[in-house]
This record gives sequence, structure tokens and C-alpha cells, in this order.
Amino acid sequence: MSDAALAIADLNAVSDRDGEAILRGVSLTVERGETRGLVGESGAGKSTIGKAILGILPRAVRVTSGEVLFEGQDLLKAPAALRRRLIGERIALIPQDPMTALNPGRRIEGQLTDGLRLWRDLSAGAAREAALKLLDEVQIRDPERVLRSFPHELSGGMRQRVLIAAAFALEPKLIVADEPTTALDVTVQKQILRLIRAMQSAHGTSVLFVTHDLGVVAQICDRVTLLFGGRVVEEGRTADLLQAPRHPYTRALLEACPRYDQPCAGLRPIPEQIIATLRAEIAA
Amino acid sequence: MAEATAGAAPVLLSRRPSHTLRACLREPKVVAGGCFILFLLVLALGASWIAPKDPLEQDILLGATPPFWLPGAEPGHWLGTDDLGRDALSRVIYGSRVALTVAFVAASLAAALGATLGLVAGWYRGAIDATISRLVEIWMAFPPVLLSILLVAVVGAGVGSVIAAIAIIDWTRFCRVVRAETINQASADYVTAARAMGFSQGRILLREIFPNVLPVLIALVSLEMGIAVIVEAILSFVGLSVSSDTPTWGGMIAQGRQLLHQGWWILAAPLAMLFLTVLAFNLLGEGLRRALDPVMRR
Amino acid sequence: MSSRIAYRLAMAAITLAGVAVIVFILLRVVPGDPIAMMISPGASPADIAALRAHYGLDASIPVQFAVWARDLLRGDFGVSISLHRNVLELLAERLPATLELAVAALIVAVCLGGAVAVIATLLDDSPVAPVIDAINGLFLAVPDFIWAFALVLLFGVFAPILPLSGRIDPALDARFATPFYLTESLVTLHLSTFLDVARHMAMPTLALGLPLAAIITRVLKESLREAMVQDYVLLARLKGMSKLRLVLQEALRNAVAPTLALTGVQFTFLIGGTVIVERIFGYPGVGNMAIDAVINRDLPLIQGLTLVFGALFILVNMLVDLLVVAANPRLRHG
Repeated sequence: MSDAALAIADLNAVSDRDGEAILRGVSLTVERGETRGLVGESGAGKSTIGKAILGILPRAVRVTSGEVLFEGQDLLKAPAALRRRLIGERIALIPQDPMTALNPGRRIEGQLTDGLRLWRDLSAGAAREAALKLLDEVQIRDPERVLRSFPHELSGGMRQRVLIAAAFALEPKLIVADEPTTALDVTVQKQILRLIRAMQSAHGTSVLFVTHDLGVVAQICDRVTLLFGGRVVEEGRTADLLQAPRHPYTRALLEACPRYDQPCAGLRPIPEQIIATLRAEIAA
Repeated sequence: MAEATAGAAPVLLSRRPSHTLRACLREPKVVAGGCFILFLLVLALGASWIAPKDPLEQDILLGATPPFWLPGAEPGHWLGTDDLGRDALSRVIYGSRVALTVAFVAASLAAALGATLGLVAGWYRGAIDATISRLVEIWMAFPPVLLSILLVAVVGAGVGSVIAAIAIIDWTRFCRVVRAETINQASADYVTAARAMGFSQGRILLREIFPNVLPVLIALVSLEMGIAVIVEAILSFVGLSVSSDTPTWGGMIAQGRQLLHQGWWILAAPLAMLFLTVLAFNLLGEGLRRALDPVMRR
Repeated sequence: MSSRIAYRLAMAAITLAGVAVIVFILLRVVPGDPIAMMISPGASPADIAALRAHYGLDASIPVQFAVWARDLLRGDFGVSISLHRNVLELLAERLPATLELAVAALIVAVCLGGAVAVIATLLDDSPVAPVIDAINGLFLAVPDFIWAFALVLLFGVFAPILPLSGRIDPALDARFATPFYLTESLVTLHLSTFLDVARHMAMPTLALGLPLAAIITRVLKESLREAMVQDYVLLARLKGMSKLRLVLQEALRNAVAPTLALTGVQFTFLIGGTVIVERIFGYPGVGNMAIDAVINRDLPLIQGLTLVFGALFILVNMLVDLLVVAANPRLRHG
């Protein structure tokens, strides 16, 4: 239990605007060195959980109860200075859209070395060396040129690699990956996923992988938590969940996935009654 | 002064003027600015009844007396007197006449001229647009103040020349905005539909496009009135506006500058009026722009 | 890039030519005879005719223009009718003062406007924010003409700490190698002289600069606000950067280009504004000279001044355009 990198216990959040519950008693853990998938449809609450961890919930959303334990601290209640250090140095984010996550007016070098210079107190030269090594690790072929470049001079895939490098720069304990492959070409997605997996096992980082894509989950997640309507529907080891799902919703979700080996089979959307049952469960 | 930027969606003025009027009156800036302008109008129209003294009446013995809250003030002269003993308050009140006349007429003329050229340039494009745009560019290369002084100096002083000068110099401001908005509107679907239905160009321009250009224009006219008041004040200051007998705020400011150490109030009173007037026109213009723009209203 | 500059220069030349032609014609077709203002009473018609011929005002307008253009290209701007001196000399004498004033006003406007915008962005959560907005809105309504006199009242009457006119205290008996008093005294470290010139320039500079500062504050604040909600700022914030650093290091550079694009045209108004501001403060620049030239119908001088003002306008416009491109890394690389 205490070996978990991240432990969310019974997290509840509501929208201040209409009182609607956004998170309903969510509990999940990310063990040390594991990749935990956080899956759900749009609006299921997965990005809300990510934002709660990082302390960037929108103003209209309020946590009513629960804890987010990281390194023995409840991130929700920690004093600002401590939170800043924990989130800045020990947690990292791999964002969704590489187009907008990099500052168009700054060269890559600055953006990559910011964290290193801030938290490791490195000189410009030492930080640059570290940055070059990181770019090498994410398999960027001409790291010197990339450091000198502006974001608009790089392709989408390269930008995402830079962001991944930035995320691993400070050897964080936990990385929150917020649908990092959604904005990429399908051909690039697989490369990036493999890269994240490789980096993660090389550095021993724990990863919370937020996604709506079960295919992605199958590829790189050790354990999975499935959300619906702000509530955990099912969780467990990826292999178990995909092969022997327990909850009818999970089963229906898997059935709804188009199968490449059965191209003639029609699409099977999730049956209405399962959703209705789920909603009723939640309301109770 | 910042120019109005062309909007993206067509601004649909409600066909019921009372609806539009109510939207305008709900805007606090419109109310604030509008009230002051109305107040000025009352002053200007009713000057002969409101002003306590004759603005031209001189009394050297009462020269340079201070306003009522300072020692040495003369009873009856609330804002003091200038060096010739003329009552400052009365002169300020009468000064509103010139200011408002110039403001309304000059701004309207400039708007009419600029909007017409802007509509033509934006609708017909091509060589006509190129010529008008080049003309606007050359026009805008003149420092406006210098040009207005030049025009009035050569044409001769007087309210008429001041008005003409302002209109001739500032039409470019309207032309640019109206042209941009016309180009915007011209590519809209409702225009294509009108053309397909066979309406003449003139009708489309007047009945379809112009009403959608009008809100931006109205807001700009209000701003222009503020500018016109300032230009008139500058010209009076330099001595090129109306004859020195007729009281103008600019003329009083010039006097006040001369007599600064004899009496600062001679400068302060017209300056304050000028400032409040410009502020009022600005608020009115900004408020109208917000009230008439459905995007911002949301 | 260089073809863009070449195109701009060509357009500028055409515009300037257009300006020159229009002013030329304007001055000759409207009433007001400069000769009439110069002659002493009792002059004979022959004298008047001779004077007219001397200034070349007896020829037809196209001929006059051709003569003027030809002389211009040789560097001869003519002789001032009212001041009886070479126009080019007069311009060279007074232009530096105006340039120093305009540049000082620009620096004040950018620094003040920029600082207030940054501060307002840093404080955007606090209750001070709407107050700053309201004051800014108020300042936006005040043109240089009103500022000038408000400053006159403030620092000339109520707290008389600044001189009301002139460029330098004549009692100081300072010697200058160039007509750039402010710059020269700063560079040569004659600090008491520098302070004196600066004190004389303080009010006109503020009068010119404050309206522009208000506009820069309004536009820059909006651009900063737009930048601050971008993803890259969020990412930087998560890394642990302070708000000050976020604004200065991340947001500001992306806010400069749009601000420049929107406020650039206002820089040219600084040049026009010198006319009246110099007059109000008795500052010996070209603006002040222009007013007298116009009143005296001094044709050669007016024409020379118009060219100068026109050229300055166009130059500033070009510089702003180039700066906008330079400020945007995407545009810079074509």
C-alpha cells in the first residue's frame, strides 16, 4: 500500500454551476513503476482526475471530499509552496496537443532546460548537455538542430517527443499522460507509445495514462481503471479486464470496439439498457 | 484613437427601432455619456437664458478675479473672470455652442464622405478600390493637426472652414472601417442570395449592406465628435477658428496659458469642460459599439 | 525580405510624391498671398512684381512645380520667405529637437504602457484589477492637447517644479557640437546640462507619450491575457514557475507582435502631435516652426516641412511593419 506512487482515495467533486456530481467516490492507485490506464468516454471524468492531481481544476469544479496522496502528502490540502515543489519537480505532465503545449516564441532549448535549471540548479551549459542526452533518449536524430529550433519548425511527432523528453527530464516519480497520442497521426501513435513504454521502464517512473482508446490501453498499460459518469466501474490488470471483463458495461465496451479481423461484422454500440442501469447505479 | 475593428458576423439591427434603443439605454456608458451630451446641448441652446452674464461684457476693474471658493472672489462671477473682466462661467457656457456645432456637423460630414467612399471601394473593389485606398494612404501621411492648420490658414478662419477642414481630414478614418466592413458583408450569404434574386447593386448596397455597417459607423461618429471638439479647440488655441470675440474653449485656453500666473482658473475651467466633453463622447461611442454589436452583447 | 523592403520604399516614394504635389497645388490655388504679407507699406507695383519674380511665384503652377522638384533633387529646398534663411538649414537645425522629443515620448509610452500592462496581468485576480482598467479607460479619452495643459497646471502652477517652455536654460551657456542636446549631453556625461534639457522636455514628452501609453496598456493587457490561457503557459506553471516569470518569459514575447500590429499606427500620431505640443511648450522644433510657417504663408518652408513630416510618417510606418514581422518567429523564417 505504502509503495504506491499515487493513491487517490474516495475522491468526490461537484460542479459549482449546477451542483452536478463530476466525480463519485473515485479511488485508484498507481503502484511504483507501473503504468495505470484511466479509461472512459468523454465526460467520464478522467481529465478531471488528472487536473485534480495537478492542482489545475477549473474554478467551477470543487472537491468535496477525498484525498490525493503522493509521497505521503495530500496534494489537495498541501500548502502552496510544498505543492509547487511536488508538482513541479516530482510529477510531470505529457500533454495532449503538442501544437499548443510548446511556446511558439521560444526555442526548444529553453523550454527543455527550464525545469532542470529551476529544480536542479544547473548552469546553462550543464542543462544543455542534459537536454541533448534527453533528446537522444527520445530518438531524435539531430538534437543540436532541434535545440536551436522553434516549435513550428518541427513535425507533430517530433514535438511530442520533445514533450516526453521534458516530462522525464527531472526523473519524476509520477507522470500524468493526458491522451498524448490523440493529436497525432496513426502511424506516429504507435512509435510514441512504444517510446513512452521504453522510457518508463528505463527510468522506473509510474505513469497514469489517461485515454479513451482501449487499443492504447492494451498496448502499454499494466493495470486499468474504467470510469463512467465519474464513478469507477471496474479496475484490474489489463489482461484480466480485456479478456474476462466482469461488469456488463466493460463487456459492452469491448464488444463495441471494431475488430480488424472481422471487417464484415457490424458495429455494436453499447446497449441502452446497460447505460441506463449504470446511471441508476450511480444515482443510488 | 484606436479604430473600430471590422466584425465577423453581420450585425443585425432589429427592424424595431424601439428594441435597439432599449438595448442602447441599458448600456451604462451610453447613459453616462449621453446624459452629459444632453446637458451640453441644453447649455448650448439655452445659453442666453442660463449664462449669468453677457460673455462679451468687459469690466477691466474686475479683471482676473478668482472663482467663488477662493479669497478675493467677486459675487456673481462663479468661476472668476479673465483679464478683461469677462465672466468665465458665461464664456464657458457659450463656448459649448461652437464646440457642439463643430462636433455634430463636422463628424457627420466626415462620416458621410468617408462612408460613401468606403462603401464604393469595398463593393466594387478592383481599380476603384486601389485608387481610393492609395488616396487614403497619401491622406494619412499628413500629420492631421498640421493639415488642419494649413487648410484653415489658407481658406480663412471661421467655423465653416474649421468644419470643412475636419471633414476633409478625417474622412479617411470612416472610409477604412466602412470599406473593411463592406468587404466582410459582401461575401456573406445573404448578399449572394440578393444578387441571385436579381436586385440591383445600388439596392443591395443601400438596403442590405449599409444597415449592417451602420452600427460600427454610429459608434465611430461619436468618437469623431470628440476628436472634432479637440481639433476645434486646437485651432482656436492657435487663433484660427472663430473671431476672438466669440467665446470658444480653445481660445479661453490660449488666454489662460498667457495669464497663467495671474489666474490659473482661466485655463482650468475650459480645460475641464473640454475634457468632460471628450470623455462623454468617448463613453457614448464605446457604449454604443457594445450595445449594437450582438457578439459582444452575449 | 529585401524585396519586401524595396517594394515598401517604392510605395513610400510614390506616396511622398503624392503628398508633395497635393500640398504644392493647395498652397497656390487658395487665397492668401505670401508676398502681400512681406511687403512694407508704400512699395511700388514694380517692387512687388520684382519680389514675386524673385521667389518664382510669377510662373504657372506646373512650371513652378517642375522648378521646385528639380531644385529639390539637387538638394536645394529654397529660401524661407518669412525667415529669410535656407529652408534646408532651418529644417536641419530644428528637426533634431523634434526627433528627440518624439523618441523620448515613444520610450516613455512603451515603458510606462508596458509596465502597467504587465502589472495589471500579474494582479488580474486581485480587486485592484478593475480599478486599473477604469483609470486606463479614463486616460484613453485624454488627447495630448488636454494632457499638455493639465501638466501645465500641475507642474507649472500647483507644484511648479518644471520649466514651462523652451529647450534649455539660456543662463546655462552650454555648448553643443550637435543639435541633439539631450543625447549629446548624456553621451558626453555633462549631467547637469542633461538634467536641464530633460527637465525642459519632461512635460512635452509626457503630454505626447501618455495617450500612447494608455493605448499600449489596453492592447498589451489583452494580448497578454490571451497568451496566459494557452497550454504552454499551463505547462510552464506546472513546472513550478512563478507568475512573474510566466508573464515575462512565456507570455510577453507572444503578446508583443499582436500589440505592435494594433498600436503601430499610433506611433505616427506622435509625429503629428509634436506640432501642437511644441507650440504649447514653446519647444523649438519643426512642429512649432510649422505653425508660424502656415500662418505666414511661407510657401517654401511649408513645402519643406510637409516633405519632412510626410517622410517621417512613412518611415515610422515602414519600421513598424518590419518590426511586426521580426517579432513573429513564424513570419521571420518566411
